[in-house]
Amino acid sequence: MSVPPPNTERQIWMFTQMLRIRTFEERVKKTFTDHPGVIRGHTHLADGAEASIVGSLSHFREGDAALATYRCHGYPLVLGSDPKAMMAEVYGRADGLCKGLGGSMHLTDVKRGFLGTSGIVGAGIPHAAGAAWAAQIRKQGNVVLSFFGDGASKQGAFHETLNIASLWKLPVVFVMENNGYNVVTTSAQEDANAAAGEPLAVKARSYVMPGVTVDGTDPLAVYQAVGEAIERARGGQGPTLVESKVYRLSAHGNIIAPPGVPLHYPEHEAITVFGKREEYEAALRGDPVPRFRGVLVQNGSLTAAKADEISSRVADEMQEAVAFALNSPFPKVESALEYNFA
Amino acid sequence: MAQMPYIAAIDAGIHQEMRRDPDVLYFGQNLATTENHEFVAAYGADRVRVTPISETAEIGIAIGAAMAGLRPVVELYMAEFMLVAMDQVVNEAPRFRYMSGGQVKVPLVLKAGYGFTAGWAGQHTGSLTALFMGVPGLKVVAPSTPADAKGLMATAIRDDNPVVYLHHYMLTLEQGEVPDGEYLVPFGKAEVRRAGGDVTIVATGWMVPRALAAAQTLAKEGINAEVIDPRTVAPLDLETILKSVDKTGRVVLVDQAPRHASVTAMIAADIAEHRFKALKAPVVQVTAADTTVPYSEPLEAYILPDEARIAAAVRAVLK
Repeated sequence: MSVPPPNTERQIWMFTQMLRIRTFEERVKKTFTDHPGVIRGHTHLADGAEASIVGSLSHFREGDAALATYRCHGYPLVLGSDPKAMMAEVYGRADGLCKGLGGSMHLTDVKRGFLGTSGIVGAGIPHAAGAAWAAQIRKQGNVVLSFFGDGASKQGAFHETLNIASLWKLPVVFVMENNGYNVVTTSAQEDANAAAGEPLAVKARSYVMPGVTVDGTDPLAVYQAVGEAIERARGGQGPTLVESKVYRLSAHGNIIAPPGVPLHYPEHEAITVFGKREEYEAALRGDPVPRFRGVLVQNGSLTAAKADEISSRVADEMQEAVAFALNSPFPKVESALEYNFA
Repeated sequence: MAQMPYIAAIDAGIHQEMRRDPDVLYFGQNLATTENHEFVAAYGADRVRVTPISETAEIGIAIGAAMAGLRPVVELYMAEFMLVAMDQVVNEAPRFRYMSGGQVKVPLVLKAGYGFTAGWAGQHTGSLTALFMGVPGLKVVAPSTPADAKGLMATAIRDDNPVVYLHHYMLTLEQGEVPDGEYLVPFGKAEVRRAGGDVTIVATGWMVPRALAAAQTLAKEGINAEVIDPRTVAPLDLETILKSVDKTGRVVLVDQAPRHASVTAMIAADIAEHRFKALKAPVVQVTAADTTVPYSEPLEAYILPDEARIAAAVRAVLK
């Protein structure tokens, strides 16, 4: 099975989406310093994983679904959610995507197929399988993409779900974004496969499904790998586990602190905990966003001027999202009681 | 009307809804392992499936299927098996509608038996009703009669929210009249099982027949007890209970759970807050002892509320 590469126009679209995710999240990060107190609780950034997110979602069709984790800003942006509504949600405002009830960790946009995000590691994996069961019954050739991190593959929910998904040949693709760290624990410290020098994709073998490892910083490689898995799923051949290797370019999240302590993003745990500044700087040199821009400019798909124009357009779009969100009012307090029951 | 046991009435409720709505699914462990299984034969293997022993995935899959527009019923057999998947029951299913600002619905039914105090010892006998009643976003149902078993199951399946449907194992073979054809019992409407003016007894599940038996004994002593069965503990029909308290001024609350994990503790608090002045005596709770359920028969009986204890509590509040 082979998936033809995306055409030039599509590749430029992919680059633009990667840039939109990066720029949106730079604005989230900058909010902590520009507008202290506006973002509460915990946020998690996808910087470093943009190529993986965009490469995976490039195959998304009407009727498909995606479910993800608390690190969820990237997916809805690619699926067409309004960054103004997303930023307003991160700021807890009335115009938020989820009316200010979910926040950064629980972005949801059902109209665009982004069904839900669980903040509990691994818990969303069976939800994706359930949505895939619905797709299987409806027989419209739809698939479900389940996004989670390497840490989730140590949860029972992961193993139970892969077993059933394979047994039932559910049309689901499990995309494990392996960023090498479960907060401040390295994979080798918590994963028997990793400790033995094996890729985490070998876990698929236990469940009789293909397991592939792909360079998650290369959008075209992810496009190929996830595309093949999606074709397989649409064709009724069941699930695939795709291990997409990325490097998280920010810390796990902003600092966890009681009220009164200004929130901010510390340096990456590779530096703060393990003292491996060189590991982090090497990852930074391989940053997938400028790298893909370089590829497109070098092969003549995009001129430097055109790339700059895209960057400036995206910067404006995300700056507008910040301005919109800051001006959005807080929701009416009574709305806190409105959505417990349908 | 047909005479049938409680267990058959539950199935009748599931059949009623699976026949009318192709979106209803039914699945669980050791269910539907042959094509001759009555539900597979009727509705096909797309909608009726056997699962491995994977409660987290079973309930999680139900949540995902529900978010995608289906109406799953998960057969869990024992309420304790939900504890294996507590995150999915308490912190996933009831959260998605809220956190998405009302974008999704999660219509599913978690069907489980409880309270199997017939020698099942420490881990299969819990009365976990109250454990779930305080979770915003969850509805909790505990039928005590065959008719309610059917009607509440049908309503649970049609409800657009996650519903924990707890059927009592000790009532499994209890016979009763069950309405034929489409039958639904509304949530949040308590049933007055026996009208009376001297004392209000509130009981759920297996404690309902025990409370009724006590009321019969007390009637011979000239005491006229009102017995209320809330039928659903979330939503709880506090209004019917408070109205009865206005009339009687005396209250005995019965629950098979240990006291601090009981529905009665919640009801007692509400009565104290809202009807303090109507009370002529302190509220008395008749609950299980604060203990793991023992295996040996006389010990098991010793720790449970029974007819004699309920009757004694009534006599005490009437003193």
